[in-house]
Amino acid sequence: MARISISNEKCIRCKVCIAACAYNMIAFSNQELGINDGCTFCGSCISACKYGAITITGEEGRRQTENVARYSGVLVFGEYTDGKFSGAVQEILGEARKIADKLGVQVSAAVLGNRMTDPAGELIAGGADKVYLVDHPLLEKFNDDVYTDVITQIVNTYMPEIFIIASTIHGSSLAARVASRLGTGLTADCTGLEVDMERRLLRQTRPTFGGNLMATIICPGARPQMCTVKPRVMQKLPPDYSRAGEIIIPRVDIKESSRLRIIERIVSGGMDYNLEEAEIIVSVGRGLQNPNNLNMIREFANVLGASIGASRALVDMGWLEYSHQVGQTGKTVRPRIYFACGISGAIQHLAGMLSSEFIVAINKDPDAPIFKAANVGIVGDLTSIIPTLTTELKRLLKK
Amino acid sequence: MRTIVCIKQVPETNEVKIDSENNSLIREKSNMAINPVDMYALEEAIQLSRVSGGSSTAMSMGIPEVSELLRNAIGLGIDEAVLLSDIAFAGADTLATAYALSMGIKKLGDYDLIICGRNSADGDTGQVGPSLAEKLGIPHITCVNRIIETESDYIRCSRLSENGYEIVEMSLPGLITVVKGINEPRLPSLARMMKARKADIPILTARDIDADIKLCGFTGSPTKVVSTHIPLKETNIEMFTGSEEEQAQLLIERLNRLL
Repeated sequence: MARISISNEKCIRCKVCIAACAYNMIAFSNQELGINDGCTFCGSCISACKYGAITITGEEGRRQTENVARYSGVLVFGEYTDGKFSGAVQEILGEARKIADKLGVQVSAAVLGNRMTDPAGELIAGGADKVYLVDHPLLEKFNDDVYTDVITQIVNTYMPEIFIIASTIHGSSLAARVASRLGTGLTADCTGLEVDMERRLLRQTRPTFGGNLMATIICPGARPQMCTVKPRVMQKLPPDYSRAGEIIIPRVDIKESSRLRIIERIVSGGMDYNLEEAEIIVSVGRGLQNPNNLNMIREFANVLGASIGASRALVDMGWLEYSHQVGQTGKTVRPRIYFACGISGAIQHLAGMLSSEFIVAINKDPDAPIFKAANVGIVGDLTSIIPTLTTELKRLLKK
Repeated sequence: MRTIVCIKQVPETNEVKIDSENNSLIREKSNMAINPVDMYALEEAIQLSRVSGGSSTAMSMGIPEVSELLRNAIGLGIDEAVLLSDIAFAGADTLATAYALSMGIKKLGDYDLIICGRNSADGDTGQVGPSLAEKLGIPHITCVNRIIETESDYIRCSRLSENGYEIVEMSLPGLITVVKGINEPRLPSLARMMKARKADIPILTARDIDADIKLCGFTGSPTKVVSTHIPLKETNIEMFTGSEEEQAQLLIERLNRLL
């Protein structure tokens, strides 16, 4: 059983760890610090302690995959829907290429679908050395059951040491099910991947606590080391159509799922729904004052080619649907430009958009916390600033 | 229809601030609460048992104090609750959590539907639901924003997708994870709170649920946190001044350079 303990000799009673513990599990009594039973072993206190006083001991690596050393290469899931790849596939391929080059191994990509038109070409141009291609009528639509079966067979046959999946709705669902079946570790929504060359381990960094804390996670004993990666974080490579690659048709057993049936896929709302992949987002909050003012936001977004986001307050009032909500309990977005209009900038909202490349804040209150997070700011009433911006933009576009 | 709702205890993070001097988190008030989206999972289970008859059970894994949160779930209208608590469960990653929950659920006997919140406010991986379904050998649907129809042997749901939604049918028993907005969670009623106060909430240990402790908690977790740090964000904001037209023009100039 694992234990976490604080060494009384090394501890100087600075109590930094108490503040670092998100779960309030470190207590100070009788001039000593102690850790309560509710500890989740998250490791925050260990990182916070400058004196190395806190340690976790335990039987590490029960989850030992046999023949860890036989696993080699980096596999990428090539999510393919309605005749095209999900936008993040090329990004994770680019990242896989970097990791594989460091490790001196190959990049492979698995793509599942029905009547696909040369999917391998794009994957190879994007950095894959090998493409596992499974084209079958039963793979027409993403089905967690059938896809898990096929992907698990591919992993068990080709034994990659690392398996990267984009954290889309389908990708996240599939990754969790596959990792559970394989009995291996899975790190969600990574924003940074590095290789520890000495131990040949993938160091996976992800935001947690609504983006307040970054955690670096490893999977020492089990293979493959699996992670999902947030879309719009990694860099894709410029496509190189002269690259050579191999197409492999794996022999897999495909059973029709009698448990899940995809009746219908409905694409609605256009760009508004696809917030995670949007290049520009115009988000609105309580400063909108009146739901009728949404029209000016829509017009502004239209001119920019932007999607519309919302603060939780606006969604709770029923002015926009939940699918628009950005923040801790909504979507996490990383557009090139994020407009926060009439949004005060509560930490829960910031958690969902802080990684945007460029943030524009428009707010009546000069002390609103959103201005601390933004790159540029305008103090004023959005209901007059937005129409002015729309007019100016239109004028510019005419030129 | 028997539903089981898995809920998680999370810190109420409303008061999170960052101490810029030593770059650490300050939590002035760190009460524990039911994970926000799990409230929607509880509500969905309560509604289902009202409509289709049957019963609802809430389950959690955590320290003995989590019983109080389960009591709140009963106060909302859940019929019974059970807590998995054992030092062997401490330090579990999503795989070890899913394993322990699956063993606890097997101990409860037959069920039709398991409902989880899509993700937790603290760890926020969204992995436990699908991972648990796999451990139980049942199908799952994530990100459900509407249950359209339930029969004794199947459920029809709407699930969110990146650019819309999907209508999916699943055989039961099965597991769904729900998103915020699927319903409007109710408030506890006084009568139910009285009932909840008296409710017996069994606490089951690893041995009680026949769990292999090598697969539980820190020991049973393939992933390990090696370090944590607080992300730094530079705050060099440029504030525009002048009339609205002037500010609008300045902004457009900046954006023009960017695009």
